[in-house]
Amino acid sequence: MFKIVKKRELTPVTKLFVVEAPMVAKKALPGQFVIVRVTESGERIPLTIADYDAGAGTVTIVVQEVGKTSRLLGALPEGDRILDFVGPLGKPAPLIDRGLVVLVGGGFGVAPIYPIAKALKAKGVKVVSIIGARTKDLLILEEEMRGVSDELLVATDDGSKGHKGFVTDVLKQLIDEGRKIDQVIAIGPMVMMRAVARTTEPYKLKTLVSVDPIMVDGTGMCGACRLTVGGEVKFACVDGPIFDAHKVDFDEAVRRGRMYLPEQELAVKRMESSCAGGGCTCGGGH
Amino acid sequence: MSQDTTKKKPVKRPRAEMPAQDPKERIRNFNEVALGYDEETAVAEAERCLQCKNAACVEGCPVDVRIPEFVAKIRDRDFQAAYDLIKDTNSLPAICGRVCPQETQCEAKCVLGKKGEPVAIGRLERAAADWAMARSDRVKPELPEPNGKKVAVVGSGPAGLTCAGDLAKMGYKVTVFEALHAPGGVLIYGIPEFRLPKRIVAEEIKALSDLGVDVVCDVVVGKTITVDDLFAEGYDAVFLGTGAGLPMFMGIPGETLNGVYSANEFLTRTNLMKAYLFPEWDTPIKVGRRVAVVGGGNVAMDSVRCALRLGAEEAIIVYRRSEAEMPARAEEVHHAKEEGVIFRTLTNPVRVLGNEEGWVTGLECVRMELGEPDESGRRRPIPIEGSEFVLEVDTVVIAIGTTPNPLVSQTTPGLEVNRKGCLITRDESGLTTRDLVWAGGDAVTGAATVIEAMGAGKRAAAAIDKVLQGKG
Ligand SMILES: Cc1cc2nc3c(=O)[nH]c(=O)nc-3n(C[C@H](O)[C@H](O)[C@H](O)COP(=O)(O)OP(=O)(O)OC[C@H]3O[C@@H](n4cnc5c(N)ncnc54)[C@H](O)[C@@H]3O)c2cc1C
Ligand SMILES: Cc1cc2nc3c(=O)[nH]c(=O)nc-3n(C[C@H](O)[C@H](O)[C@H](O)COP(=O)(O)OP(=O)(O)OC[C@H]3O[C@@H](n4cnc5c(N)ncnc54)[C@H](O)[C@@H]3O)c2cc1C
Ligand code: SF4
Ligand code: SF4
Ligand code: FES
Repeated sequence: MFKIVKKRELTPVTKLFVVEAPMVAKKALPGQFVIVRVTESGERIPLTIADYDAGAGTVTIVVQEVGKTSRLLGALPEGDRILDFVGPLGKPAPLIDRGLVVLVGGGFGVAPIYPIAKALKAKGVKVVSIIGARTKDLLILEEEMRGVSDELLVATDDGSKGHKGFVTDVLKQLIDEGRKIDQVIAIGPMVMMRAVARTTEPYKLKTLVSVDPIMVDGTGMCGACRLTVGGEVKFACVDGPIFDAHKVDFDEAVRRGRMYLPEQELAVKRMESSCAGGGCTCGGGH
Repeated sequence: MSQDTTKKKPVKRPRAEMPAQDPKERIRNFNEVALGYDEETAVAEAERCLQCKNAACVEGCPVDVRIPEFVAKIRDRDFQAAYDLIKDTNSLPAICGRVCPQETQCEAKCVLGKKGEPVAIGRLERAAADWAMARSDRVKPELPEPNGKKVAVVGSGPAGLTCAGDLAKMGYKVTVFEALHAPGGVLIYGIPEFRLPKRIVAEEIKALSDLGVDVVCDVVVGKTITVDDLFAEGYDAVFLGTGAGLPMFMGIPGETLNGVYSANEFLTRTNLMKAYLFPEWDTPIKVGRRVAVVGGGNVAMDSVRCALRLGAEEAIIVYRRSEAEMPARAEEVHHAKEEGVIFRTLTNPVRVLGNEEGWVTGLECVRMELGEPDESGRRRPIPIEGSEFVLEVDTVVIAIGTTPNPLVSQTTPGLEVNRKGCLITRDESGLTTRDLVWAGGDAVTGAATVIEAMGAGKRAAAAIDKVLQGKG
């Protein structure tokens, strides 16, 4: 069992947890993830490591509540324990040592971008971060990101903060301004990452994305997470989750991600109906 | 041992049938299929044994279970003594009695098998073990004097569990590290409940805890901690029982369509995550109306029989050789047939077909014929040109084999693997190319059997003791 030493509500549906997991904290690197299970009969879900502190023995995760498991997790209070918390899994992000990196984070994807920015900054690499969300209330970790970026740009779909439009608009502007960008790393919803890939491809701008396919074990033993990269089948949990954006077959990845939609909806429905009675703290009712 | 009992005359009678759940019933549940001998049936079956002086059956058993002796005890209705005798060399009899491929091991060598049917050694072994397990007044074992040395065991499959148990009995402080959230290896995530009830595996893990073994789940060695870290933390030796958990795919078009599973994923969702209890349990699985399972081993049989139980109307085995070459246990093939599984032998998939939304709609196959024997000694299947046809299915499960996971070998300097990814060992005991690191089970041999993995765990434990006590 893994104790939640701190919890912060970033938005009504996005929660940050600092979790006591000394073994994971000691080995964690930017770009890696953990697999979490909340109940004995629960699913195993992957979550990116959003920060880590080997000294304190803690790992930070940020969870966006989308379905049953993420809601159950989101509802856990500070001081409670997470049943299973295994990692760090996947390959760390390959970070360059000098130059300019543009980081693009959309939605909860800002959380996994944070440790990457921090590590790049520590190496002395120049970091320009673009973070976005649908609206300003859903924007997360803005202050934290400002602290680890040389420049922070914000985009919201509705224009409630920063640029009105998509993160890709801002990215395109930077490119068109003629900035010498050495690498782009984008993390967020699959559609956003696909848009970033399409934006940078004509410029042959080296771009990495962190894909989030459905996973079970996270150690290479099931193949649920397979996707096609550059015509080859890869397992995201061990070969990734970070891949060359221009080689990822996004259409296939999006399609595979929808495999259990009816089951996911059923799970949420059941959860909401059983929570309606009140007294339940699982968070399903909101 | 009393002498006169061995002089009892063997009784000539047909091999006792194993009672089983009715096929029509059982394809709707995950309860155990083979129900086990009751005491009378076990005694009757035991009476068939000739009590051979140079018992050939024992040669067929990878861990030298003292077969004639324990069978004699069952014949004399002394189940406790029978159990104790088996336990001497086999620490997991309730499991082996159920899953050993007896027809190629102990029972293959039984002299009675030359003319008629061999003694049902596996079933008798199971009977003794179940008898003992039913008596829950299990005495906690006396713990040995701790000898002050620590051993880390990586992986909690049969190899790791056996190695851990043996070392604990010798006074070592043993910690088992397991990547998944539950211990047991294939016994828990692969072999389904209807063939090996999970309470039996849980009992064995409990027995290990009684011996003072710590089982720590959620630790992926190579990721959460490395072998070098383990030594730095004061472990005196390491045993790697990490199995062969990496699924192979066929490399044919359409394998990433929605509805194509590796057997590992299909079985893990079903068994470890209990997808058959969805939505009470959270992990879903897609089965559809018609399921094709590619392969002919135990893994394929387990997958196809799970598919039926998960609601498939039609479950088909697609195997490229003929039935005679199928590596699955005979009993599993027999049970699968009883349950209505369709066998498409001499058939090989060439392409998975899908619709516009990316869902599987069919499996294109080609018919095969058998040519000259290949390096495995089995006749090589050759495609018959122009014989392609399409099986209409919603789900395809690929069960064509697994290879060892490289997470440990990639992160342990000096640990060498062969071209199949199996850990190289320097001797019989499983000593790897790294000093003080032993390995055994599927991680060394590639996918094999439970009993062989146990045997390897046992030999390694003995060798570890020898080296750490300065006896070797
Ligand atoms: C490497 C990786 C890193 C991730 N990092 C984060 C993160 O930092 N923060 C965050 O909020 N989310 C992250 N996700 C996504 C997160 O795992 C899913 O949102 C979560 O599994 C949803 O589970 P659920 O039961 O709440 O929802 P469901 O109703 O089961 O699913 C909702 C959505 O999540 C996807 N999903 C469902 N089960 C899984 C699964 N086992 N693995 C992957 N995706 C699944 C579905 O395709 C669907 O789009 C990450 C995913 C991956 C693969
Ligand atoms: C579906 C199926 C059915 C089978 N049926 C039979 C049968 O009827 N009869 C029979 O004799 N054999 C059968 N087998 C084969 C048999 O189960 C295996 O040969 C046996 O389990 C091998 O044991 P093992 O201890 O070497 O490995 P495993 O049982 O594979 O256990 C390895 C364990 O190590 C863990 N692990 C791996 N890597 C790491 C790591 N880096 N860190 C921590 N832990 C790790 C894994 O999670 C796993 O729990 C079957 C196999 C399958 C898959
Ligand atoms: S352990 Fe397996 S091979 Fe040995 S006697 Fe028992 S059933 Fe037969
Ligand atoms: S070979 Fe057969 S008959 Fe002879 S001792 Fe073994 S089991 Fe009994
Ligand atoms: S999640 Fe199972 S192989 Fe990647």
